[in-house]
Amino acid sequence: MPEYHLTTPISDDDIFKLNAGDTIYISGIVFTARDEAHMELIEHKGIPGFDFTGLGLYHCGPVMKQNDCGEWCVVSAGPTTSYRMETLEPPFLDLFGVKVIIGKGGMGPLTIEALKKHNVVYASFTGGAGALAAKGLGTVKEVHYLEELGMPEAVWVFEAVEFGPLIVTMDSKGVSLYDGVNEKAADNVKRIVSERYC
Amino acid sequence: MIDTEALADRLVKGLRDGVIELPEDVKHRLEEAIDQESDELAKTQLRTILENVDVAHDGCAAMCQDTGMQIFFIKAGYDFPYLKEVHSAIAPAIARATKEVPLRPNTVDPFTGENPKNNLGHNLPAITVELEEGDGCDVYIMPKGGGSENMSALWMLTPAEGFKAMKRKVLEQVQFAAGKPCPPIVLGIGIGGGADISIKLAKKALLRPLDQPNPNPEVAAMEAELLEAVNEIGVGPAGLGGVTTALGVQIEYTNRHPATFPTALVVQCWCDRRQKIHISKDGEVI
Repeated sequence: MPEYHLTTPISDDDIFKLNAGDTIYISGIVFTARDEAHMELIEHKGIPGFDFTGLGLYHCGPVMKQNDCGEWCVVSAGPTTSYRMETLEPPFLDLFGVKVIIGKGGMGPLTIEALKKHNVVYASFTGGAGALAAKGLGTVKEVHYLEELGMPEAVWVFEAVEFGPLIVTMDSKGVSLYDGVNEKAADNVKRIVSERYC
Repeated sequence: MIDTEALADRLVKGLRDGVIELPEDVKHRLEEAIDQESDELAKTQLRTILENVDVAHDGCAAMCQDTGMQIFFIKAGYDFPYLKEVHSAIAPAIARATKEVPLRPNTVDPFTGENPKNNLGHNLPAITVELEEGDGCDVYIMPKGGGSENMSALWMLTPAEGFKAMKRKVLEQVQFAAGKPCPPIVLGIGIGGGADISIKLAKKALLRPLDQPNPNPEVAAMEAELLEAVNEIGVGPAGLGGVTTALGVQIEYTNRHPATFPTALVVQCWCDRRQKIHISKDGEVI
């Protein structure tokens, strides 16, 4: 499968050439947002002076540490379960020009449509691999909503260096790797149950 | 006499090791799984997990950013003299570990939304105490993540349906959970007692290392049967397909009321974290 190394701001051409199954690494600006941050950002139509165009949106609530000089550094930052953001992603993508959504577990039909509409891909990082993710996320550029939302829900803005491997699991043409796996899984459960547990 | 400072330090160490070090039996299962997978994507996911385990160990950083809720089980002998010291040392140890390790401040008041930022709160810490013959004390620490916990379930089955229904429900739940609980997962199953008791048994089942089947051969056979069936589903590592959907199935049971067949499933992620601390009757902390 092809492997791409992308740098933010990521362009529409970069996204269009990506297909489900490809591996990508991202350098540049990646910011975190979970449920609460999605709601805040949608309600306030963004953060004054912050341009989302071409960035990576990461579904993640990291463990952060402040050093003696008061600078924040990332300790562990694997992806959170993306399906919680399913209803929030279409309005989010309507407002902001992010190009890659990073998370785990995949998302549903609402997001698939929004990815097609805005030419965005969803890429998966291995769930639970927080220490490895922290290496790729690099340094903290800024943080928003820390006081209001707390550490996991805040918007952490990272200057990532080769963050990956990220697997494109939902591309901008409507193909989701998860759909194939989930359909097969449903068939397998039906078969096992009818053969053994009926 | 018990050295309360040494006890506090040991509890904080348990909380730290709990989120940084993956138990050897889990690591071993993950390594075995790489050879069992033929799919390159599945192999990559497993390799990434194992690389992450090493990065966490080398850098003394939490393996997963969800350092969980700190669940404690205490198994103490009737003649163990320091139950008060041990029990009351847990809350301050959690608060200290939250700052020192650090752990992610995870506990949120369901009514006010307030996060005390020390992983404590109303009715916390969660400590289950069991008493038995003896004079020693074992403290088990389970940092339990939220994504996997969300996939847990309770079924009040009819006795007529019994085990067949239980197996069906487990398979359907694993399929529903798909990639959400960070597979390969571990399944803790509790049967009997009542609604509350079966759930507690399911969680307690997760304390048992993966290389230790239930001592009852009939139950051990069902653990093996279910593990095989679950791994036929094809969810695979990270939910991207493969033959390693689960690393283990652990069943605990107790007798049931003749009218009920309570069955609980607690789902654990591949980050199957657990620590054990022993305290002797002389106050020695190991």
